Amino acid sequence: MKPRHKRFVLIGVGVAGLALSASLVLSAFQKNLVFFFTPSQVAANEAPVGKSFRVGGLVEKGSLKREADGLTVHFVVTDTAKSIPVVYRGILPDLFREGKGVVTQGKVGPDGLFRAEEVLAKHDENYMPPAAQDALNQATAKTAAQSVVPPPKGK
Amino acid sequence: MVPELGHFALILALCIALVQSTLPLAGAARGNDAWMALARPAAQAQCLFIALAFGCLTYAFVSNDFSVKYVAEHSNTQLPLAYRVAGVWGGHEGSLLLWTLMLGLWMFAVSIFSRSLPQEMVSRVLSVMGMIGVGFLLFMLFASNPFERLLPAAADGRDLNPLLQDPGMVFHPPMLYMGYVGFSVAFAFSMAALIDGRLDATWARWSRPWTTVAWSVLTLGIALGSGWAYYVLGWGGWWFWDPVENASFMPWLVGTALIHSLAVTEKRGAFRSWTVFLAILAFSLSLLGTFLVRSGVLTSVHAFATDPKRGIFILVFLAVVVGSSLTLFAWRASKVGLGGRFALVSRESMLLTNNALLLVAAGAVLLGTLYPLVLDAFGLGKISVGPPYFEAVFVPLMAPALFLMGIAPLARWKQASLPELAVRLRWALAVSFAAAIIVPLAMGHWSTMVGFSLLLAAWIAATSVVNLKAKLAHAPKGGIGARLAQLPRSYYGMLLAHLGIAVFIVGVALVKGYEAETDVRMEVGDTAHLHGYTFRFTAINAVKGPNYTSERGTIEVTRGAEPVVTLNPEKRLYTVQNMPMTEAAIDAGFTRHLYVALGDSITPTAWVVRIYHKPFIGWIWGGCLLMGIGGLLAAFDRRYRARARAGSAQLTTAAGLNASPAR
Repeated sequence: MKPRHKRFVLIGVGVAGLALSASLVLSAFQKNLVFFFTPSQVAANEAPVGKSFRVGGLVEKGSLKREADGLTVHFVVTDTAKSIPVVYRGILPDLFREGKGVVTQGKVGPDGLFRAEEVLAKHDENYMPPAAQDALNQATAKTAAQSVVPPPKGK
Repeated sequence: MVPELGHFALILALCIALVQSTLPLAGAARGNDAWMALARPAAQAQCLFIALAFGCLTYAFVSNDFSVKYVAEHSNTQLPLAYRVAGVWGGHEGSLLLWTLMLGLWMFAVSIFSRSLPQEMVSRVLSVMGMIGVGFLLFMLFASNPFERLLPAAADGRDLNPLLQDPGMVFHPPMLYMGYVGFSVAFAFSMAALIDGRLDATWARWSRPWTTVAWSVLTLGIALGSGWAYYVLGWGGWWFWDPVENASFMPWLVGTALIHSLAVTEKRGAFRSWTVFLAILAFSLSLLGTFLVRSGVLTSVHAFATDPKRGIFILVFLAVVVGSSLTLFAWRASKVGLGGRFALVSRESMLLTNNALLLVAAGAVLLGTLYPLVLDAFGLGKISVGPPYFEAVFVPLMAPALFLMGIAPLARWKQASLPELAVRLRWALAVSFAAAIIVPLAMGHWSTMVGFSLLLAAWIAATSVVNLKAKLAHAPKGGIGARLAQLPRSYYGMLLAHLGIAVFIVGVALVKGYEAETDVRMEVGDTAHLHGYTFRFTAINAVKGPNYTSERGTIEVTRGAEPVVTLNPEKRLYTVQNMPMTEAAIDAGFTRHLYVALGDSITPTAWVVRIYHKPFIGWIWGGCLLMGIGGLLAAFDRRYRARARAGSAQLTTAAGLNASPAR
């Protein structure tokens, strides 16, 4: 092979390799994106069925129930406007508490029950997962838009 | 008083940094020796004043001076002394100070160990490092001053985040930063070469040991962080593809590419522009990593909105560093030249392929880390990118890289022959396949993923043996011991680091393939079984620590009739912040870890207990340790010192000649 041909081969192989890896990366990226929804959005059927997504909000006070096996827990995630029942089997994070912010990932079944694969609560007493905070803000804004009475102050 | 002294020291350091970043550079351009001679003393003085400031902040922490806002936010009178010291880098301002201190120390080291370098080179290198110092000192003084007073002083501090109250966290940030900032030396050398317009094998030999040390320390720093996450977070995972972790992993990937590209530049004079580009990239990603983790964007992109001064400064600083270095690169890279030619099949081409793969991997991590942030910042929705993405990307990218890693050290420079390589490596290949089939079957059940990973790990190990044998055959006569002793340290460093990768892969593959876990509800007296071990929950006691109260479980582990170990997992409550923490108990064996963590307490006597059997997980960090040691061994190779002393003129010619195939 002449040097010029060699260079063509080299460049060709390089471009092909880059294209291959770029398409690999992008398709993997698209397949594994996890979207976030608020309980209101889930109630409005905006969330995908049969695909994993995240829901965030507050753990409703008094909603935490433990099954007899001690491992399966039920709780309700709310954004103050709408709420969604969640079931999870496993150990809850240290900072999971009623009335505190939480983000959970899983799938929603036809019965409307959210089956969580993962429960996230960040490590700080007063920390609110940004996504959960956002859910509350959206719900508050909606209520404010619908009613003349100003919504309750605070988080 | 002392905090003001620290503040003043920072201002002085800034003044010195301003001088250091301008006069020596101008001196090098105009041939003014007096100006150039300023570089070394300025660097040393800057380091001294930063160290003084750091000492002042440490003093404020140790003496519980809660009139300093930063101390009040990150310490507490009940905090044990060691964690009060570690609290210095427990938050944003202090970690910036630590970063700057590391920069000062690297500058100091460069000023000491650069006697053999031409004066112009040293002046330019230290000037560039001075500029980085100016940036960070300005940022600290104007936007995040660690010495800011709190008036009236707080009665007591808000305490260090309990997650950080751990020996791993004491050492992890300094190591990590030392690695990050170490790339600033490679960056400064590259900038100096671009300004000078001369980049040859000698230059590569100068910058190579610095880069390798930085890479080794970064490797160890990341490993420490991963180990910390493993036993502190209580989830038994060792890597979560969390943005914080990714931020340190990106510079590592590019740094790995850089040390290999530098090797080619030193031995063959090739890849010059590429090396410079990688040095710029590695340092830029280090900066990005520091800011991602420390600016608060990760907890919420809206943190920027609450304190726009910091965010804007960071973005501007990043833009200036990346923009000016890339501009300089675009302008001067043609002067630097491309270097020696090589054939399609050669050691160079294999190293280049690996470089490209590492870079694509770094790009994929960057995409997965930044895309959700950018989307959120522009209000386009909230998404997250989980571990499945990174795993899906990494396996196909790293597999060919690891395969080439076995061949490249045996291939000839310039032109290698595939048939010859195939003959030399046929036994290595056979051994690898045998290992890939036998080990998974020996572990109990077949798994293609494990088999494939072990194939690659065994391949790296087997080819290393072939390589060592070939080296010994080429070495002058003598006993086996004498011949082993003749091989250079850098060679052993390379072998060790590559073996580290193999060990790491074994750990990752076996733990992923064969780990077993169970979550069980246990009352005192209950037993649980996992992987042939019996776990008996014998007691739970209340224990009081210096700044926490704890429920401490006792779990006796037996195998058959034999006692194995007694584990004491804890559930702590750090009283100041009222924050619970899981403290896992681990029995670390060579071939397996037994890991027990307390989950939720259902009743005062009944707990959810999580038990793991993790085969070979220790090998993950063992592999990293080997990589780190290998890197350090290579960096302290005798030739870097011996040849540096020999003068630079003859090196340029020598570099082109010592292209013996065995190297």
